[in-house]
Amino acid sequence: MGSEALAFYAFGAVAIAASLLVIAQRNPIYSVLLLIASFGALSGLYVLLDAPFVAVIQIIVYAGAIMVLFLFVVMLLNAPHEETEYDERVHPLLRPGPMRFGACLALVLAIELWWALARGVDTGAFPGGAVTSVAVIGRSLFTDYAFAFEVTSILILVAMVGAVVLARRDDPRERRKPGER
Amino acid sequence: MTTLLITQIVLTLVVFQGLLLSAAAMVWVERRLAALLQQRLGPIRVGWQGLLQPFADVIKLMFKEELRPGSADPLLFALAPIISATAAFAAFAVVPFGASTTFFGLLDKPLLLQVADVNVAVLVIFAIASMGVYGIVLAGWSSNSKYSLLGGLRSSAQMISYELSYGLALASVLLIGNSMSLTELVNGQAGVWFGFIPKWFVFLQPLGFFIFMTAGIAETNRAPFDFPEAEQELVAGYHTEYSSMSFAMFFLAEYINMVTVSAVATDLYLGGWHGPFLPESLGWIWFLIKVGAILFFYVWMRWTLPRYRYDQLMAFGWKVLLPLSMINLLVTAAGVLYFGL
Repeated sequence: MGSEALAFYAFGAVAIAASLLVIAQRNPIYSVLLLIASFGALSGLYVLLDAPFVAVIQIIVYAGAIMVLFLFVVMLLNAPHEETEYDERVHPLLRPGPMRFGACLALVLAIELWWALARGVDTGAFPGGAVTSVAVIGRSLFTDYAFAFEVTSILILVAMVGAVVLARRDDPRERRKPGER
Repeated sequence: MTTLLITQIVLTLVVFQGLLLSAAAMVWVERRLAALLQQRLGPIRVGWQGLLQPFADVIKLMFKEELRPGSADPLLFALAPIISATAAFAAFAVVPFGASTTFFGLLDKPLLLQVADVNVAVLVIFAIASMGVYGIVLAGWSSNSKYSLLGGLRSSAQMISYELSYGLALASVLLIGNSMSLTELVNGQAGVWFGFIPKWFVFLQPLGFFIFMTAGIAETNRAPFDFPEAEQELVAGYHTEYSSMSFAMFFLAEYINMVTVSAVATDLYLGGWHGPFLPESLGWIWFLIKVGAILFFYVWMRWTLPRYRYDQLMAFGWKVLLPLSMINLLVTAAGVLYFGL
């Protein structure tokens, strides 16, 4: 086994193990940290695929943005352990609701995997090296995928506006007429 | 192949030790300069002019007892200083500090004075800096102390706010240099205009340089933006509960981050190792001089300016620095597009 294959299996194992642990343990802080570990392993896989730009963006955008999630966990939840009587007897994942939902998700995933394998994904046509260049990624993003790119940015803008509207305090005591100090 | 491997290992060790020594030197410089600015002597007893003071400090820290609050989260409490220090060291790996040299014919192939030549080096530094925040936040949270938690939260809010301006200032330089590799960016600054002005990007990007340095000071939590450890309000902020070597690791990370930001600023704006009078193989001397000048500025700022108020910090970051860096980026992009700078 070459060193590259070894690295692939190592990163893959870390990614899968960390992702499983994200949902398998109860402390939200640890969940967030494990999610970062999982993203880090994915970024390592991108480096192995000769796409350092995507790898770094993965870290900046995903692992960096988790920071905000982290703050929410620390500030809003501030409850390291979900402690109710039921929790102490049964692990959250083994309760009937999550188990049914998880079974549905697993079924969908299995069907998708079977569908993808049946179609025979052509991995030979991968243009090795071509996607590593920032210039190439930028050009195709703003020409071939310009519509998708713009729609995504509008979607994010809508989400931002929605967050502001939801987060705004609608307290009549704080509402003032324009011009009033 | 083996010579290449050996030189690479030696280079890595040299950079690592150099960073450790630079942190020690900065502690001494900071204390002596602070003393000078406040008209006192500072540490002068240990060694000549107190030069051995940092080593005495390290020995003292090593022999101190390692304390941990009873209600702290043991795993994260131990992990936090490690994350901080690792991120600080890792970021310097992609910073070039000299032109490729054969060391006066000692090596048969010229060696690039850089641990890892990554073609997206600028983004790697940015990514590692964003990972370093976790060390501070985790330290703040896991200590289970009010001061630590407030310090950690402030630090993350500050870093999220100033990272944007930092990134936009970087993007303007990338546009001018037309590359993401730090080595190529530095080589784009060789030569002079009109025979005497060096072709440094700071002359094309004066506003960008100002934004970069301001955001850099905020990113490294230094005065006047040292809110995460504001002594008068938060005792010592996120590292209040730390002692002995785990405290030393936070201390080390802070100083190494300063050195890294200065080195990146030198590479991006001040022409890296390019300078008059010296042959290119000795360019690293110019590099050290420039980094030293920025570090001096850092210390000078800390002992001259008072700390901002927290709302002033946020207002300045979002309402002044961010719009300025946006305008800077747009103007630079237009300039590159129409005049081909």
